[in-house]
Amino acid sequence: MTRIKSAAELEELRQGILSKIDPDKPSISICAGLSCLGLGNGKLISAFKEELGKQSLEAKVDVITTGCHGFCEKGPIVVINPEEICYLEVKPEDVPEIISQTVIAKKVIDRLIHTDPNTGEKAAHMSDIPFYKNQMRVLMGNNSKINPKSIEDYLAIGGYSALAKALLKMSPVQVLEEVKIANLRGRGGGGFPAGRKWETTRNAPNEVKYVIVNAHEGEPGAFMDRALFQANPHSVLEGLIIGAYAIGSHQGFIYTRHDTPELRKNVDLALAQAEEYGLLGENILGSGFDFKVEVHYDVGIFVSGESSALMRSIEGKAPEPKPKYIRTSVNGIWDRPSNLNNVETWANVPQIIGKGSEWYNSIGTDKSKGTKLISLSGHVCNSTVVEVPMGTSLREIVYDFGGGIPNGKKLKAIHFGGPMGGTIPESLIDNPLDFDVLSKLGASMGAGDMLMMDEDTCLVEVARYFLDFLSGESCGKCVPCREGIRQMLNILTNMTKGKGREGDIELLEELSEVIGAAALCSLGRSVQNPLLSMLKYFRAEFEAHIKEKRCPAHSCKELIALEGV
Amino acid sequence: MNNDAIDNILNKYQGQAGSLIRVMMEIQEENHWLPREVMVKISEKLEVPFSRVLRIATYYKTFSLTPKGRHEIQICTGTACHIRGAQNVLGAVQDLTGIKPGETDADQKFSLEIVNCQGNCTCGPMLKIDEQTHSRISPAEIADALKKYD
Repeated sequence: MTRIKSAAELEELRQGILSKIDPDKPSISICAGLSCLGLGNGKLISAFKEELGKQSLEAKVDVITTGCHGFCEKGPIVVINPEEICYLEVKPEDVPEIISQTVIAKKVIDRLIHTDPNTGEKAAHMSDIPFYKNQMRVLMGNNSKINPKSIEDYLAIGGYSALAKALLKMSPVQVLEEVKIANLRGRGGGGFPAGRKWETTRNAPNEVKYVIVNAHEGEPGAFMDRALFQANPHSVLEGLIIGAYAIGSHQGFIYTRHDTPELRKNVDLALAQAEEYGLLGENILGSGFDFKVEVHYDVGIFVSGESSALMRSIEGKAPEPKPKYIRTSVNGIWDRPSNLNNVETWANVPQIIGKGSEWYNSIGTDKSKGTKLISLSGHVCNSTVVEVPMGTSLREIVYDFGGGIPNGKKLKAIHFGGPMGGTIPESLIDNPLDFDVLSKLGASMGAGDMLMMDEDTCLVEVARYFLDFLSGESCGKCVPCREGIRQMLNILTNMTKGKGREGDIELLEELSEVIGAAALCSLGRSVQNPLLSMLKYFRAEFEAHIKEKRCPAHSCKELIALEGV
Repeated sequence: MNNDAIDNILNKYQGQAGSLIRVMMEIQEENHWLPREVMVKISEKLEVPFSRVLRIATYYKTFSLTPKGRHEIQICTGTACHIRGAQNVLGAVQDLTGIKPGETDADQKFSLEIVNCQGNCTCGPMLKIDEQTHSRISPAEIADALKKYD
């Protein structure tokens, strides 16, 4: 492998890779996303390899383990190419039949394809399954086509052409302007315009600047970033290099989870391959721009996803947030300007540079542009990752993609954004997916994780659960957060045990106000959000726990016991 | 304890104070816990105060200051698993093993930990024993799952 020194050499390499690909050669792509791994795809992969060996077909059929295809509920998912036949819930016993019938004889096995639960309609091809067909998979669409461990696969689908365009045909300011015009908003939670953040770091008075991929993704129920990063690490890396060029940074950091081995492997490999090809290192693509990337790991605390805490961790210190009188984009790692964006934000960058801000602006709503990855979990038929244009109605996401609520139950509430997010009742389900609309409703989008809760879920208990989680994750540095969470947790725990007292709700509101105003970091200042949104929409449920010692959802065990007396 | 493996890790990052968390992570993964004498070595090799090593070791959930059992049981208590009944799974595991989260049994067979969302919510409630994920598990199935380990 030699380093690529120009756009022409990159194209030459790409053509070389494409010329070696036989479009008619059968390949079996097996999803190795986190859910499919958990559902036993390891055995499936060995079964395919073994069976191909038995039939001496190893040379004639490729087996590719890919990243997440989405539709995790129906995993393990196997796609037979070039026909793109998609089999769901595949078991090792099915393997010999798939090889003889589909790979060799080109016949579809009826029982393994998708059947619509409502209409009974069958769909054999990935692009015909409504779940895939109705999404807009700008970022996730390539996941089933490429091997995340192969840079050649990424190059074959046009990878790093946006980087070549940015480095060789655009000035850093032009790149920055393009991202600003596209109105790309950060996907990590705040929805802050990425271009403006970049500009702050670019203009900050220090020669040395840093760029960071936040792949911490600590919110329970959020798994879209892992799905994307593990499946297509180069798309994130390409975005990071482009951003670094625009900002004027020569050192990048990736901060990710230590407990996802496949993700770690794929990211390490992507960095090594990019370096070998000269897409990282000195004089990238002959442009004169130098950039290198280091990987750091979170080893198990939620607060280290907070930007200033994350930066302390990269310095090798305990990840405690520091006051942001000066923003981290000006004063971050080692007190130098540091621009941090999350995985999904970075992955949007090559799309914007490649296809232009006009194209990007054509997707989404007035102020929320582009697509958004959403992870669905909780009481929903399909716990999965979907990618939809901003502005898609929540109803469509829950019922069309999520498949609705299981066991014939009714949807009670949707919770966004994990333990610092907010809950809205079912009655607001016709609202669009939009940063500002959701914020006004009291439920910020967060990273895009939606948790569905059915009629049997007690929201007092869910509020308690979130505070319980946060009490273990607060760094303990500032008093309002450390002690405030503990007191709120005590009050809510008492409520769920029938020991709630008159005035508890008012006390919770008062505590919320103090923590929101006085805590040091955005974790502390947002811990009360789930509770406040639940009090806004479900106050009667909290009152029933206090005044009547009754759990309307029949979920709190101690209260059910009291009722029985 | 494999001293050579630990020394290899330490030598790789000698003098790099900024790599403290990474070094501790690699040693935890290799040795499954951090004995005091190893933490002293880390402090010397990376040239950071021992107090900082101890601080990091007690700050993060991943690090263990006591030996682990031969098999590590991890139960996800993320939101999706929680509302799908993770507490009942945890209860069943506690009853069967006699240990609580953070503990190791007297035979050093099992250690039990609760972990945050693992990102495969469709598998919930779920538990992991070493590298093996047991998806959509019910409390009744746990006794069988545990029998396979010795």
